[in-house]
Amino acid sequence: MSDPILSLNNVHTDIAQYHILQGVDLEVPKGQVTMLLGRNGVGKTTTLKTIMGQWTCKSGEISFDGQDMTQMAVSARARAGIGFVPEDMGIFADLTVEENMVLGATSGPMDPKRKEWLLNAFPALGTFWTSEAGNLSGGQKQMLSIARAMAEDRTLYLIDEPTKGLAPAIVSTMAQALRELKAQGASILLVEQNFSVAKALGDTAAVMDEGRVIWTGAMADLATDKDLQERLMGLSMEAH
Amino acid sequence: MTAAPDHRPTFARLSLTERLDASLPLLLVPILVVLGFFAIGAPSSWLTLTVSGLAMGMMIFIMASGLTLVFGLMDVINFGHGAFISVGAFVGVSVLIALGDWTGAASLVLNMSAIFLAVVAAMAVTGALGWGFERVIVKPVYGAHLKQILVTVGGLIVIEQLIHVVWGPDEIFINRPEMLKGAVTFAGAALERYRLLAVAVGLVLFLAMRIVLRRTKIGLIVRAGVENGPMVEALGYRLRVVFVGVFIAGSALAGLGGVMWGLYQEVITANMGERMMVLVFIVAIIGGLGSVEGAFIGALLVGLLQNYVAFLEPKLALVSNIALMTAILMWRPQGMLPVVKAK
Repeated sequence: MSDPILSLNNVHTDIAQYHILQGVDLEVPKGQVTMLLGRNGVGKTTTLKTIMGQWTCKSGEISFDGQDMTQMAVSARARAGIGFVPEDMGIFADLTVEENMVLGATSGPMDPKRKEWLLNAFPALGTFWTSEAGNLSGGQKQMLSIARAMAEDRTLYLIDEPTKGLAPAIVSTMAQALRELKAQGASILLVEQNFSVAKALGDTAAVMDEGRVIWTGAMADLATDKDLQERLMGLSMEAH
Repeated sequence: MTAAPDHRPTFARLSLTERLDASLPLLLVPILVVLGFFAIGAPSSWLTLTVSGLAMGMMIFIMASGLTLVFGLMDVINFGHGAFISVGAFVGVSVLIALGDWTGAASLVLNMSAIFLAVVAAMAVTGALGWGFERVIVKPVYGAHLKQILVTVGGLIVIEQLIHVVWGPDEIFINRPEMLKGAVTFAGAALERYRLLAVAVGLVLFLAMRIVLRRTKIGLIVRAGVENGPMVEALGYRLRVVFVGVFIAGSALAGLGGVMWGLYQEVITANMGERMMVLVFIVAIIGGLGSVEGAFIGALLVGLLQNYVAFLEPKLALVSNIALMTAILMWRPQGMLPVVKAK
């Protein structure tokens, strides 16, 4: 396994009176796609939001690219090189597709080659470039959310269920875009319920249960071992 | 890169009703102007009242624009905003009094220069005051509306008392600069010069704000922040810094509004801002909290309606704006042009 770009060490997070993350230990290897798996409500989204700083880490340590970022502000984490695609997509509905993309390029104007790449990957965004993002369909919004996170080069991408509820054609587009992102050297931590996508994209996997990571290993090992899947997640991933 | 598979979605065409419903707020001002024309009857009176209403509306917009952005961006209810209006008026009027030779001269250049310096001084002082107010009063109560109301009302009272300390307890009467006194006659209607200036200033300010909000990156960040602040931060922007900037700008605009309103009324008092806050809040609420365009339309409606009703039925003038707010909120509970807030 290559060096981790992101490490979580015994991370605890509370949301109101609920103790959601109960000591998460997780490493995301550099340049790989790590799938974060588990049943609903085990803390996958909270883990991503805690890494991003949207939920406060009560105790434990989060380090990114060798730097302790446990107490860092959300915006500082993003500027350090983390791109975030939340489960609710976080689209600015009153802004146009173009304006959403402009905001994605935090450090300056968007690189024309990168824009061309993204519009080639997600042609619908080009079609509706000057339309309000609130008018897009669910799949188009999801594409915009991912494309916006990719609007400039980031070291690590945290992506929460990008294919949820999407048609197979769009899922295939998403998967291809993520594959190419990885080929560019980016690291990705992906929460995904779609088994075929997880199997196709994942290099490594971490399975969560009751606010902890209970298993880590190669995605291929998990994908081929139905007993392991049932033991870790209560059912075979084929059934998802 | 491989292009997406055959996936060519299209937007559904909106029906005429849907399109009308979306653009109706934009039509309310012309509709009210036309209704006013038929209700008043005499074209010259109608023109005078319309210019007066537009002038009043523009000044209310200047005062309300900052408040609505501050609320939209950081969910802060700032009753202290009225204090910036009063302080702006006192600072501006002090400068105008000091430049008495310029304001008394029959020279438009000297008169406008005096007003410009008064406005710059008022905006500088209220901007700085706004910065301190945000640091000391507002920052500790983010996310707590009840506390925000209590401490900002407290801040308003303290600043009003400080105005008494600095400028004394009495109201101050002020004459408008020489070339802005009186009226010009157009189509038989008397149009006060100062009101025409107020309309021009308000219009320029609105256009400038629109350009900043629509055409610049900082404007984009502000608009996105009003809609979904946490996502803006997750993209790497320090929203706190942006918010402080907006708070300072909003306070400075209140100061500008205070100078304009003081010259409009030709008298200033320590609690003039507090009294204006009723109209300012009505405008921010009916416009849709966080929406500058909504505040602009709301302010024009308030100004026009108040002037028309005061002419037609003076006893109803006081309740006309409350009635307007009630009617608009029954029609659109989120205001005319609400900002879509992320859930």
